[in-house]
Amino acid sequence: MSDAADLPRTVSAASLRVESSPAWNRLPTVGSLMAAVGLLGSLAIGLGGNAAAQTQLWHSWLVAALFVLTIALGGMFFVLIHHATQAGWSVTVRRIAENAMAAIPFIALLFVPLLFVLSELFPWSRAAEVAHDPLLAHKAALLNTPFFVGRTVVYFLLWSAIAIWFNSLSRRQDDDGDQEITRRMRRASPPALIVFALTVTFASFDWLMSLDAHWYSTIFGVYFFAGCLVGIYAFMSLVAIGQRRAGLLPGVVTTEHVNLLGMLLFGFVAFWAYIGFSQYLLIWYANLPEETGFFAMRLAGSWRPITIGLVLGHFIVPFFFLMPRTIKRNSTALAVGAAWMLLMHALDLHWLVMPILHPEGFTPALVDVTTMIGAVGLFLAAFGRASRRQALVPVRDPRLTESLLFDNI
Amino acid sequence: MADPMNLRSRLAKIPLLRPSLPPGERFGVLAEFSTPTALYNACEKVRDAGFTRWDAHTPFPIHGLDRAMGLRASRIPWIVLVLALGGAVTAISLQGWVAAIAYPLVVSGKPFFSWPAFIPITFELAVLGGALGAVFGMFAFNQLPTLHHPLFNSTRFERASDDGFFISIESWDPKFDATTTSELLQGLGASHVELVAS
Repeated sequence: MSDAADLPRTVSAASLRVESSPAWNRLPTVGSLMAAVGLLGSLAIGLGGNAAAQTQLWHSWLVAALFVLTIALGGMFFVLIHHATQAGWSVTVRRIAENAMAAIPFIALLFVPLLFVLSELFPWSRAAEVAHDPLLAHKAALLNTPFFVGRTVVYFLLWSAIAIWFNSLSRRQDDDGDQEITRRMRRASPPALIVFALTVTFASFDWLMSLDAHWYSTIFGVYFFAGCLVGIYAFMSLVAIGQRRAGLLPGVVTTEHVNLLGMLLFGFVAFWAYIGFSQYLLIWYANLPEETGFFAMRLAGSWRPITIGLVLGHFIVPFFFLMPRTIKRNSTALAVGAAWMLLMHALDLHWLVMPILHPEGFTPALVDVTTMIGAVGLFLAAFGRASRRQALVPVRDPRLTESLLFDNI
Repeated sequence: MADPMNLRSRLAKIPLLRPSLPPGERFGVLAEFSTPTALYNACEKVRDAGFTRWDAHTPFPIHGLDRAMGLRASRIPWIVLVLALGGAVTAISLQGWVAAIAYPLVVSGKPFFSWPAFIPITFELAVLGGALGAVFGMFAFNQLPTLHHPLFNSTRFERASDDGFFISIESWDPKFDATTTSELLQGLGASHVELVAS
């Protein structure tokens, strides 16, 4: 009830800190171990093998790096849009998103090795291919190594700057309770959202579309963005449920907050399908060779069941599974749905990257798994490290009370 | 210009626009509370006392009042689901029948049953069906439009759209008794309790 009668709610200060849960407190250690084993193991497998194994390694590495990057970028969008719209309900879960975007500078490390093996990934970086391909030559002004590397550096600098600026202000408010900080973050978030929209769109053009530089799709940036949001809402649901199970934030993150995260996950499952189908419909209707290649490749051979499986597993099944209110208010059911959506999001990225390497059909590889373990480990280590730096909720945010009292009518 | 009160009372004589209530000379008891908190706490007590035919009236939504009143989950989502699926099925079958059976035409070299082309209409009809189901389902469950209600016999009740918080318990509730129910509401902190004629 939204009345002062329910206050004050007594919560021990310890339950607001990750240190009071041994399992969550170990996350940086566990994540670092996963990262070390996964990434070093992948390098050993890939670089120890033949040329095909190396190419496979860097494609798998790209999928894994993009998987964690999309979740972190989704976290950034969550923080920015909730400041821009002065959202009140989300204050108690905002730190999950803040801690996710705090991983961006670490995720940048995953992209560093890729910058040295661009020719393994991108046809436009192979001089011999460009020489025989008028279209690649035409696009060389955009798709050339120095400009590409420069753009990637700029994306990560901008994303890191936004993440660090917002996180440090949010942390400072925990200490001094200065309400002006909330206004500063609100004023900064609309321009930051514009920067976010442009950089995320161009990053998706650079790192995914230019894998097949002959393909055109103007909606692709939005499709990539939809994946970011599915990723972050699934991740936030899982973390919120997991932290509650571990006894953290009792009465602070409530069923109401988890329910709303589930609603957002449900909504963006539908959004992903809407954008994905919009892209498909126009390409199917116009039937132009330079556009249809993307789907022709993914509807041939054993990619066809993967494509259909993605429609079912990334949209139809979770759409009906997540629809009932009772599912979203049942933490076990929602956790299952969220974990499934993260799996599907990884498959979505695999489906975007791998048909270019394996046009003959779906070819899972060991390095797909090891790079994923490594990248997720690195992300969780960075997330866990950020979680330990301050309380798990912005304890002096002026809208914290509103968030504590939040109730889905 | 017609006198609005007169218009209302004339419209109220149309049987369809009156709430369907059992016969009886007394509608029930109306209790006024001065704050949302008092109303909220009173609702919990009325709920726990086992009343079934009663309602709360507030000028603005009060979070959690549905729980305090012990209301069951709304059945509207089911109506929305059925009508949304009905809209989708209608759209797919109409377009499919027209394009593939009734008047097959080759359009830009596509198959007759080109389902991707049907999806936008299917989506829109599903949304339309769901939206109409939500609005008219709500109307049906709330017995709207209702232009007259026995509660309007109380002049105090006008404040339910201004600054008054009310509980009404209907006389056909099995637990209703004019004296004890009024005393119960008085005991729950009502600032004013009155019997309302039917």
